[in-house]
Amino acid sequence: MAVDRAAIGRESAPVTLHIDAGRLRFFAKAISETDPIYTDLDAAKNAGHPNLPVPPTFLFGISLEVPDPFESFTELGIDLGTVLHGSQRFTYHALAYAGDDLTMRTRIADVYEKKSGLLEFLVQESTITNQDGTLIAVAENTVVIRNRFDKQEQA
Amino acid sequence: MTSLDLEVSSQLTPLEVAPISRTTLALFAGASGDHNPIHVDIDVARASGFDDVFAQGMLSMAYLGRLLTQSVPQERIRSYGVRFSSITPVHGQPTCTGVVRSIEEVDGVRLAVLDLQVALADGTVTLQGDAVVELDEE
Repeated sequence: MAVDRAAIGRESAPVTLHIDAGRLRFFAKAISETDPIYTDLDAAKNAGHPNLPVPPTFLFGISLEVPDPFESFTELGIDLGTVLHGSQRFTYHALAYAGDDLTMRTRIADVYEKKSGLLEFLVQESTITNQDGTLIAVAENTVVIRNRFDKQEQA
Repeated sequence: MTSLDLEVSSQLTPLEVAPISRTTLALFAGASGDHNPIHVDIDVARASGFDDVFAQGMLSMAYLGRLLTQSVPQERIRSYGVRFSSITPVHGQPTCTGVVRSIEEVDGVRLAVLDLQVALADGTVTLQGDAVVELDEE
């Protein structure tokens, strides 16, 4: 099922996540992080940080901190089981830290297809700002939708 | 903080990660906030045409992020992007590598462009990317 091109430009409701140290330690554990600046406040301070830094890719998940994180796919008629992550990019402007409230604003930047619509690409652009309105990062991600047509549709 | 000692063609010290277990996938789902069941629930994975669950792409990007932050202070990273080229199966063992592609000076700051890659033990490249890092303190 083709994604409605009218979705291009649509912005989803901003999502704000309070970054607590426990969550950052959990993330560090999940990725086997060994650098203590990401888990130990003293180590972070000794390295010149005011608190535990938010690691480079943690920002991706902020927009998922809502009751139905995949609602945007559902609204576009996309089956989550057909979605693969195609690409991801961050441009960094400032570090974020435990204790910050980070807000992610995401808009659909583009929708396009390849292989006669068998593959569709949804490009989303996000800004991440902290509680002072300081820009932390800009994120861009592409998800690949693997469309499977039944035989009738193929014919 | 001083200048970083990177030259064109310098290799970053590779980061080898233990084979990815199902436990790791579950922990990363919770910690990252990506609760897509295709990575933790084999029934869901099979219903979508996969033989088994597979690793979140962002898990590999996080490992590659560790390669970056063990090589340069995080505040020196200006941009970091990847393309996911292959699925990482359960028990896949990623190794993250990076090499300095070029160094240029912009507004008095030397910037290094790094080529980055994650590959599995069988040689499959799962992720390719790049990063721009500041060599001098701003």
